[in-house]
Order: sequence, then structure tokens, then C-alpha cells
Amino acid sequence: MDLFEYQARDLFEKHGVPVLAGAVATTPDEAESAAASMGGKVVVKAQVKVGGRGKAGGVKLAVDAKDAREKAAAILGMDIKGHIVGKVMIAQAAPIEEEYYLAILLDRSNRTFLVMASVAGGMDIEQVARETPEKLAKVPVNSNDGISNEKALAIIKQAQFPSDIEGQVADVLSLLWKVFISEDATLVEVNPLVKTSDGRIIALDGKVTLDDNAEFRHPDHEALVDQGATDPLEAAAKEKGLNYVKLEGEVGIIGNGAGLVMSTLDVVAYAGEKFGHVKPANFLDIGGGASAQVMADGLSIILGDKDVKSVFVNVFGGITACDAVANGIVQALKILGDTATKPIVVRLDGNNVLEGRRILNEAAHPLIQQLDTMDGAAARAAELAAK
Amino acid sequence: MSIFIDKTSRVIVQGMTGSEGTKHTRRMIASGTTIVGGVTPGKGGQSVDIDGHILPVFNSVAEAVAATGADTSVVFVPPKFAKAAVVDAIDAAVPLVVVITEGIPVHDTAAFFAYSQAKGTTRIIGPNCPGLITPGQSNVGIIPADITGSGPIGLVSKSGTLTYQMAFELRDIGISTAVGIGGDPVIGTTHIDCLRAFQDDPNTEAIVMIGEIGGDAEERAAAFISEYVTKPVVGYVAGFTAPEGKTMGHAGAIVSGSSGTAQGKKDALEAAGVRVGQTPSESARLMRAILKR
Repeated sequence: MDLFEYQARDLFEKHGVPVLAGAVATTPDEAESAAASMGGKVVVKAQVKVGGRGKAGGVKLAVDAKDAREKAAAILGMDIKGHIVGKVMIAQAAPIEEEYYLAILLDRSNRTFLVMASVAGGMDIEQVARETPEKLAKVPVNSNDGISNEKALAIIKQAQFPSDIEGQVADVLSLLWKVFISEDATLVEVNPLVKTSDGRIIALDGKVTLDDNAEFRHPDHEALVDQGATDPLEAAAKEKGLNYVKLEGEVGIIGNGAGLVMSTLDVVAYAGEKFGHVKPANFLDIGGGASAQVMADGLSIILGDKDVKSVFVNVFGGITACDAVANGIVQALKILGDTATKPIVVRLDGNNVLEGRRILNEAAHPLIQQLDTMDGAAARAAELAAK
Repeated sequence: MSIFIDKTSRVIVQGMTGSEGTKHTRRMIASGTTIVGGVTPGKGGQSVDIDGHILPVFNSVAEAVAATGADTSVVFVPPKFAKAAVVDAIDAAVPLVVVITEGIPVHDTAAFFAYSQAKGTTRIIGPNCPGLITPGQSNVGIIPADITGSGPIGLVSKSGTLTYQMAFELRDIGISTAVGIGGDPVIGTTHIDCLRAFQDDPNTEAIVMIGEIGGDAEERAAAFISEYVTKPVVGYVAGFTAPEGKTMGHAGAIVSGSSGTAQGKKDALEAAGVRVGQTPSESARLMRAILKR
């Protein structure tokens, strides 16, 4: 889960990382009162989980509370790369002298953690890495060793921070490591880390990604989920414990196993090239146990998507037996009754496939069509969606 | 011959007394695997009767190894306790630990992976994987044993169901070993580890490699193939239609910006001489053409 900037700021504050006063506002009124309580100049910042908001006009300096209200009114509702701004952060303005960069992240390629530090902050770090790699220190950190104070200082020295502030920056790095470990983050990034004219080192803007698998030991993380951004179908699916992702397309997809479902989407899109370029409407993995209820839940979510014109159920029976899946489909259609109106193409293969196919043939449901191969079934589902 | 497991493998099940552990212990035994015991802390000294096989339960992996001579452990422990279980197996210097558990926090996986590297005596496969099978010899994990027979094709995949699909499509030719390496961001055994082992295995004639979006494991594998693998390799990559920034089922299956895309992986594999199918079935046909079967 990616956090908003204001959530990252709050998390930093909780662990003692130096930040400026900040408050989140969803209306111009709230923005004005937040600015008034801070006093002086403030920065009004769009809260969106996408880069480039500054260039899009989503960050503005306000001279006083009344100005903050106007700036917030202009920014709220703005469309930044497809993200509608629903919240702004009101942050105390600071006299910035220098901008730096610090990050700790999971390095998948090397299966370790990585610290990145640079004195070239405030800009796109990928650009720094590309154009002036010598200005970006990248230091792997073994999970079991962590970052001691000595190691933090060594990293900051390696990144060639000015010697008068290297102790302060190393302290910030140690605190960020604390955030990274104790919150189960996969990314903690500060860009920019600033030095103010009065010599303070402050995390001005932060990006944090938390590991969803670690939710069980962080009950407080649930409150950080952005309910507003969740698609209603995705929310309904989550409620039912289904692994569903809404896409833009016409062929509803149900399958078992993440890899097979991903592959099913591709095979449908590939087949769709011949049928009016129809595309998969969703990702839905029903996992190992395809009971009637799970199948009914899945089908009802997919049939609730008004863009869906046909459904493709693609199951390879590994541990799950195809006869159980076939019974699940038949039962699900009984549960759904008249609400099921779209053609359903079914491809079963693997464990006990003959019995599964026999059950579906015998049920002879008018909506169900069976095909023996994944490619053939995908083509049929695409063809039906194109009609 | 095969890779990682064969008929001599002696397997213990961590979490054998749990419902998943018991269910799959039964299946593994039924497919010919030599299961020699289980580990559940606090239940040492008990035994479990699985279809007439009386299996001893131990408190720790070290005790289990001492008593049974186990050389492989398969882990069905829930995410919360998985790290402790894997560390226990590493401390006992078990050569192969297969972690089936899905949903382990990546900090825990990074920690036990780093620990295994430091010790240098344990290979980890997974987590979030279906395990591996050498048909007719040993089956460690949850792969259905009856989908394929023994043969000359080595199969490595991030995905369980795509492993089954591919093994099933090629069942008349058969598999030397099929390894499901798992869909998490950090995994113990990579495509490269398996490619190297298949290249060195005299009974593997050709290799199918299945990848998916996220990370750069396939790109790295492509570079490795150019350098090291002389056996024919057929590829498949899932996730061309996945939108950026959305996790597709597997914790590691996510396109971030321009990195981790299916197209990038396919291009890299093809540049290394790997024939990559548009669909799993097409990849299976490419393999048939190579083996002339």
C-alpha cells in the first residue's frame, strides 16, 4: 500500500524524523483554519499518489490563511494524471537552503535492502541515477545487520554530504531505518530532505510503501487505506474475500491461480484483436477451492460490472477437481437465478476433467458454452463480447 | 536424474499437524514421497497416523534431522510463524527447505534468506510457491502428482497453476523436475538457479521457463541463458494486460513505472534466443517442435 504524503509525514513524526507542521484538509474551510493555526506562510500541496504534481500546478505557496483557502479551492478537484485531488496538505513554509535525497527500499533484484543517498535532491532520482550516477550513493543493507549509527555515518560520508551536517543527516537516516523496519515498509523515501537557512535538517516530502502481507502485525495500518480510491466492485470483492482487480474491458474473467489468471487476461486480449479489440474486464483469482459459493460470489461481482458482455471461466484442476468446479458453476447459476444474463464460456482441464465436463453438459444451462482448450475458449468469449 | 529432489530425498513437514500440513502430507505420501516425520513446536513426542504411516512429530528441525536423517523440509506454517520455522530449519542445516506458505511479510523473507546465505548450508525454494516435483520419485509441496510423467523437460515457473497447465500440456513427453519458485518479491531460488541446475542435469534435454510481471528476474535469466545455457529454452511470460501499479494476485506481480513489464521480459528472453509463446499452449507447441515430438 502506497501512502499519501501527509500519512508519510505523520509516520515520520511518530518515529522522531524531523518534519514541519502539517495538516490535511478536504475543503477550503479546513485548509483556511489549518493555515490560521500554523500562522505565517504555508504551502498547499495536492495529495495524490502520483509524481509530477508540482508541474501540474498541485503545489502552491500561500501568504496567509485566506490565501491558503483560495489555493486549496483551486487545487481540490484538480485532475493530476487521472488522479482527482480529494485532499490537500497544509504545510508550514520553510526557508530552504539545500535539497538532498534519502531512501531505503527493498531491492528485489539483489534480495536485500538498499539505501540511496544523494546531495542532488529535489529532482527525479531516476534522472540523477541516469545522468550523474556519481552523485548517488547506493549501499546494500543486510536485513539482519541493519544500520548502526556508524554505518549511517559511513553512508552519508560516501554520498559526500557537507561535513558540517553529516552527523545530522546520519541521525535522520537512522530514524528512517527505524520507520522502515518497525512499520514493515518496502519503501521509505525523502525527497527533498532539506537544510533550512537556520541549519535544521527536515524531511520535507515523503513517500512510503507498506507491505500488505504484514498487516497482521500492524492493526493501525488499516486506517491508512484510502477508501475513496477503491473501485466499488473491488471493494465488494474484497468484502467477499475475493482477489479482484477491475480493468477496462468487456470479457469478465474468473480463473484459479494468479499466474493462470494473468495469462487468461493476455490470451483473451490476444484473441480480442480479431473481435473488435475486446479486452478482459477484470482479474479474478478464486484460488484453490472453487466452491459453489465462491463461484457465485465471483460471478455476481463480474455480472455487476455493466461493461461485461461475456464471461470466461478458465480453471485448471490441480488440487481442485474439475467436477467440484462444474458443480460450483451449476449451483452458482441457481443462486444467481435471473440476475445471470451474460453468456459464460467455460474451459475445464486437469484433475477429473471428464466428470466436470459431463456435469456441465448434463446441466445444459442455456448461458454455458464449453470449450476444451484455453485458446479456443478465449476466442469464443471474445467473439461473444464483440457481438 | 533430476534437480534438487529425487527418490532418495527424505522429507519432513513443518506444520504437519495443521490442516493444510496433514492434507498435503497425505498427498505427498500417495505420490511416492518419502516423508519421515513432522515438526510442530510443543507437540514433540506425539505421532500422526496418515493412511497407516505412523509419522513422529518433533519440537525442532534439529531433533527431526537427528532422528530421521531428513535432508529436505517443506513448510506449511502460517505466515506469522513462518520466519521462525525457516530459521529453525536453517539452524539444523537442512540442505533444502521448501516454503509453501503464502502471505509472509517480505521483511521476514528477506531476513531468513539473508540468514540462509550467511550460513551457506541451506537452499530455500519459495515462499508462496507450489513446491517441486520429480515425477515418479519425489513430490515436495502441493503440485498434483498425476498431471504429468517422467521425461526430459525441465520446468521452472513463478506460478503454480501455469506450472500445472504446462506440465499437463507436455504430459506425453514428460518432466525431469518441475520447480515452482513462487510469486513473492523475494524468493530463495530464482529462475537462474534452476536454469543452471537443468543445464547441468544430464537427464534434462530442454527447458521451459515461465515468468510473469514484476522485478527483473526474467531479464537476468535471459542474460544468464546467453552466457551459460546451451540446451534449448522455451519461454512464456504472463501479465501483458496488467495495468501499472496494481498487484495481480502474487505479491511480486506488479508493474512499477516502466520496469517489470511483460513486453520487456519477452524482448529480453527473445534476444537471448529463447522462443517465447503468445499463450501457454503455443509455448508447449514450440517445445514439441524443438523435441520433434
